[in-house]
Amino acid sequence: MDKEKLIDQYAERLPKRIIQDVKAHLPKNCDTKRLKKIMEAVVSEYEDTLAEPGESVGLVAAESIGEPSTQMTLRTFHFAGVSEMNVTMGLPRVIEVLDARKTLSTPMTEIYLKKPYSDGKDIKKISQRIKERKLKEFVKEISINIVENTVKIDLDKKKIEEYEQTHINILKLVDKAAKGFKTKQEGDTIFIDTVKEDNLNEIYKLKEKIKNLYFCGIKNITQVLPIQRGDEFLIVTAGINLKEILKLDFVDTFRTKSNDIYEMRRVFGIEAARQSIINEVTAMFESQGIDIDIRHVMLVADMMTNTGEIMGINRTGIVKDKSSVLARASFETPIKHIIQAAMSGEEDYLSSVIENVMINQPVPLGSGLPKLIANFDNQKNKR
Amino acid sequence: MADVYLDFKFIGEVKKPKEFISRIVTERKAGDLPTHLNAEYDKNVDAVFIEISKGRAVRPLLIVKDGKISLTNRHLEQLEKGEISWSDLIKQGIIEYLDASEEENALVAYWPEAITSEHTHLEIAPLSIVGLCTSLVPFGNHNHGVRNAQGAKNQKQALGFYAANFFTRMDMDLSLLHYPQVPIVETIMHDISNYNIHPSGQNVTVVIMTHSGYNMEDAIVVNQGSVDRGMGRSSYYRPVAAEELRYSGGLIDEICIPDKEVKGYKTEHDYRFLEDDGIVFPEAKVKEEDVIIGKTSPPRFLNAMDEYNLATSSRRESSLALKHGEQGIIDFVMVTENEEGNKLVQVRMRDLKIPEIGDKFTSRHGQKGVISLLVPEHDIPFFASGIKPDIIFNSHSLPTRMTISHIIELLGGKVGAFSGRNINSTLFEGEGEKDLREELKQYGLKDNGTETVYDPITGEEMTTRVFVGNMYYMKLRHMVSNKLHARGRGPIQLLTRQPTEGRAKEGGLRLGEMEKDTFVAHGSSLLLKERFDSDKVTVPICDKSGLIGYFDARKNKMISPVHGEDSIMTTVEISYAFKLLLDELRSMGIYPMVRTEQKF
Repeated sequence: MDKEKLIDQYAERLPKRIIQDVKAHLPKNCDTKRLKKIMEAVVSEYEDTLAEPGESVGLVAAESIGEPSTQMTLRTFHFAGVSEMNVTMGLPRVIEVLDARKTLSTPMTEIYLKKPYSDGKDIKKISQRIKERKLKEFVKEISINIVENTVKIDLDKKKIEEYEQTHINILKLVDKAAKGFKTKQEGDTIFIDTVKEDNLNEIYKLKEKIKNLYFCGIKNITQVLPIQRGDEFLIVTAGINLKEILKLDFVDTFRTKSNDIYEMRRVFGIEAARQSIINEVTAMFESQGIDIDIRHVMLVADMMTNTGEIMGINRTGIVKDKSSVLARASFETPIKHIIQAAMSGEEDYLSSVIENVMINQPVPLGSGLPKLIANFDNQKNKR
Repeated sequence: MADVYLDFKFIGEVKKPKEFISRIVTERKAGDLPTHLNAEYDKNVDAVFIEISKGRAVRPLLIVKDGKISLTNRHLEQLEKGEISWSDLIKQGIIEYLDASEEENALVAYWPEAITSEHTHLEIAPLSIVGLCTSLVPFGNHNHGVRNAQGAKNQKQALGFYAANFFTRMDMDLSLLHYPQVPIVETIMHDISNYNIHPSGQNVTVVIMTHSGYNMEDAIVVNQGSVDRGMGRSSYYRPVAAEELRYSGGLIDEICIPDKEVKGYKTEHDYRFLEDDGIVFPEAKVKEEDVIIGKTSPPRFLNAMDEYNLATSSRRESSLALKHGEQGIIDFVMVTENEEGNKLVQVRMRDLKIPEIGDKFTSRHGQKGVISLLVPEHDIPFFASGIKPDIIFNSHSLPTRMTISHIIELLGGKVGAFSGRNINSTLFEGEGEKDLREELKQYGLKDNGTETVYDPITGEEMTTRVFVGNMYYMKLRHMVSNKLHARGRGPIQLLTRQPTEGRAKEGGLRLGEMEKDTFVAHGSSLLLKERFDSDKVTVPICDKSGLIGYFDARKNKMISPVHGEDSIMTTVEISYAFKLLLDELRSMGIYPMVRTEQKF
């Protein structure tokens, strides 16, 4: 147990996690002399990776992400034939994430499944349960009879049975949509009495409304695609409704995720949103064969989420929160910021980089950061 | 029934559209309809479109009927004798013009051999798939398309003999190549465009090899001996013009040697080239700051008394002098009048440009590069025959660009040089590589174009043979002497007190936003501050009002704009641009208050 003690001596110099790792991976035949050497090497390696005080990590992150992005341009490699879904990839997707767009060009959910289903059991059936279906898919015909003043809905019983949706009271559904009209059901046919309405246009509108009535499945999910990733089956959907999806019994709630960071924020919280920003951005760069240190992306994700709300990297997001007027004005829409600052009598303490560049003063970074402080009172007391 | 549209206006219907079209075509051939009338039957919309409007691109094609070309040997003989011309061929219905829409229903063959019974037309020459400039690229059919386009683009920038009357012209920013030559390896388009009377390059001996690393990254190593003998030499011409403008009140500029009383008089030395009429004399060797046309102007603002006191003293100097870095020889002086009857003086300057390190050259294959080294003739590698190359071209420029035509031109040029004839290199129709190789053997040369080289310094034979040949090289208009620029100190802008921009104004080289970021990323903040010190000012700031004050030298005191002498003033070092920003904010009605604190 000599070794354990020796390792624990480094507790102050190394984080817990690294010490645990060293303990776990230590070879059995390692003597104390070699262990000491190893620990010293670990410490120097660890200290090498630390950012020094006054290092401009933000700018280095910006350059480290920005430079490869320009090389990525708008050209993107496509995965030919793997999935039929058209997904935004490459730089446009990275911009979408970092700008924190509210509406995505391709909203998607990746649904992971619980054990028997993840092996491919009933995969087709359950994926069909997820897709949003409208009434028109379960109807043979909807016709308007002008002479008898009725709208006739011919239900497709066979299809309803096929999808196991016999429990739905269709008459009630139609009744809700056709407010103020009398409805009745005769076998597989529903009649809507339209005597009191003589505007044919309104009747036509009513028919369209009934056609697009929500029938079953999960709302907003317009497309489902079961795919196999490695040994596991999962379902990829176009459209997002995490709350409802997570209610399904066959869904693995621990791994199911969406590519909409706002949806992740709503359903799982801000930490999940931060992690999904990191995941989305790194995945996008990795797919293009570009290697970016994850710490740069983590820093960006931290900046976007540290207030508890998601803020994009633009003038309505994190730049808006800058304390310096000059820094905000130097980014975008300068006149707006200056006038607003003047009206509220804002003060600028010139504490950040860009303001100091503007007035030609040393920026508080690197060699410009340290200040000499002498406590004269203390000196006097000693004498 | 198919609708008929004339220039996209509905004019009627026809029952049998296809027959209708063929009738139009036969009538056009017969000369009953205009040659530039085109008709097309669109099956998808079942309509006939006839067009006769201006602005459509039309192109001539040979007519083919039942697999036979209408052009016969008899026509060719007659053409050669000059008995018939182009327009006769059109009248006889041998050539017709097609526009884009009529081409839809035509099947055009590139070669006479390729004609089948289904073809309707034959290309006059396969060359016509490219434009004039691109067809000047020799052996272009061996290339990647992009390289042909780039080769064509580079040729447009080449210096040459653009017009024979250059001596009487006053062209702006113009260069003339000395000793221009007609290319040995030529195309049909060189003939058609009369390239031999306005050539723009020279035939040089090129060896494909490296030379001590000096020709890496597309650079070329040039033989100093060739330069001394006149290769790539050119003259650069530039006009300088001045006119006597008229101002209100009957005042007028005067072209003369300015009087010493004149406001803004330079020095006597600056005016030394002017003759009595105030204009330089031809063949004067002028340098920067020298006055070329002496001129004085009336004062800008007249106050009431000045009107009676128009002595020379109130006139100001407005001579035309050479700007920073310019030099040359006065070539031509012209005194005339402009449209308004004002006296107009134009002076043309000439400058000899001998190739130097940094001048840009190109072959005709998009292989441009700058001179990186001029090697004295005795240090240039030489071949067994005693020949020394003019240009050493780097072999690494070839594999990635895949300009096979570059290599074939070298081969062709070599054959041409030995046989004393021109080599045809027209697109798709040029002489074959095989034939050229065969011919090369006749002159006792290796058919692969390689030769033995000797190291000029040790005199030893080099271990490998290198590829040598002759090709057409062009000097491009980008010459370093017109671009070279650097400054330590120099003029600043009036408004921002930052350095001026651009070579003509002796400007500084901007350390831009992204360059600034690199300093920040390195944390070298004091170096960054020093870089931006170009508009540094020390201003006194009033502690009470927070406004920028000034120093009154008479009282030897700092003055606050609000509190006068009754405030404590602190001096602060800021950029003048920031002071300007504060001033502009004040002009907007915003009160920017600067609060100072002790730094140390």
